[in-house]
Amino acid sequence: MHEMGIAEELVKIAMDAIPGDMTDPKVEILNLRIGKLASVVEHSLTFCFEIITKDTPLENARLVIESVPVKICCKVCHQEWEVDSPMFKCPDCEIGEVEMICGREIEITSIELADEKA
Amino acid sequence: MEINIQKRVLAQNETDADQNRAFFKEKNVFVLNMMSSPGSGKTETLCKTLNHLMPEIRVGVIVGDVCTTNDADRLLVTHAKVTQINTDQFGGDCHLAAHLIDASARQLGCDDLDLLIVENIGNLVCPAEFDIGEDAKAVVLSVTEGEDKPLKYPLMFQVADIAILNKVDLLPFLDFDAALAVDNMRKVHPGMPVFEISAKTQEGFEPWLEWLRNKVKEKTAR
Repeated sequence: MHEMGIAEELVKIAMDAIPGDMTDPKVEILNLRIGKLASVVEHSLTFCFEIITKDTPLENARLVIESVPVKICCKVCHQEWEVDSPMFKCPDCEIGEVEMICGREIEITSIELADEKA
Repeated sequence: MEINIQKRVLAQNETDADQNRAFFKEKNVFVLNMMSSPGSGKTETLCKTLNHLMPEIRVGVIVGDVCTTNDADRLLVTHAKVTQINTDQFGGDCHLAAHLIDASARQLGCDDLDLLIVENIGNLVCPAEFDIGEDAKAVVLSVTEGEDKPLKYPLMFQVADIAILNKVDLLPFLDFDAALAVDNMRKVHPGMPVFEISAKTQEGFEPWLEWLRNKVKEKTAR
């Protein structure tokens, strides 16, 4: 529901990363990592991103999203496992408190720029 | 040409939240972030809770809503220091971000407070994502919702430190299975304390008040 805010942050970070000495820079791809448990809807994010990047070096850039699985660790028996349903109980000891290792990421890993025209 | 970045997109909010945490530590105030869907009874729970805690514990409340000051008005009877955030000035945001809490906490002034409660915007999705520099998160679910809400909104129940199951006075009139609801909460958050209460009748209030008093004591004793 807050995809517009995330899109705005993405634009800010990507614009800052473009080398200042480039003439007419054009970003083609933003590589992202988004956890399955992060409350981000890919379609909404793309929609917001397209709207706010018009007439900028990010216009028509593609969001390439790597989906990060949810991994849990049991604080009692230290077992690690991946979950694909909202069931975070330790399959072994069932009682232990758990810790989330990954699955909440909203990260930008890199941007890919078009080659500068000679 | 690929440029490596490796940045968390909500890093700015995390930085703001860390600053809030430092501010609250300096002021020795325990901060509770209260979250739920709209209509679960957060405000009523707070009104009754503050009646028990005050004046021994000095309480301030930051209330978040998209529009209206209705909740802040309701809380005035408790004589707590209350300030309202309306996010329609900020594009109708669905959550309170850390920088909004910073401004409100300073406006409220935390020097004479032991406990600051942030009543977040009614929403089981987005507020779970945003750290505001709080000491603990509480999620409120009411028995007029559904037993499966923890499974539908797992992040909220996973990040919460405690849960409150509210409106239990209505259980005789509903098909709601309270044991199943609590079981579902613990499926997504094993071991989480759950307080079954009625804000209306104040049934089950004592363990919840006890938890809150202990947390305030731990923080303010530091």
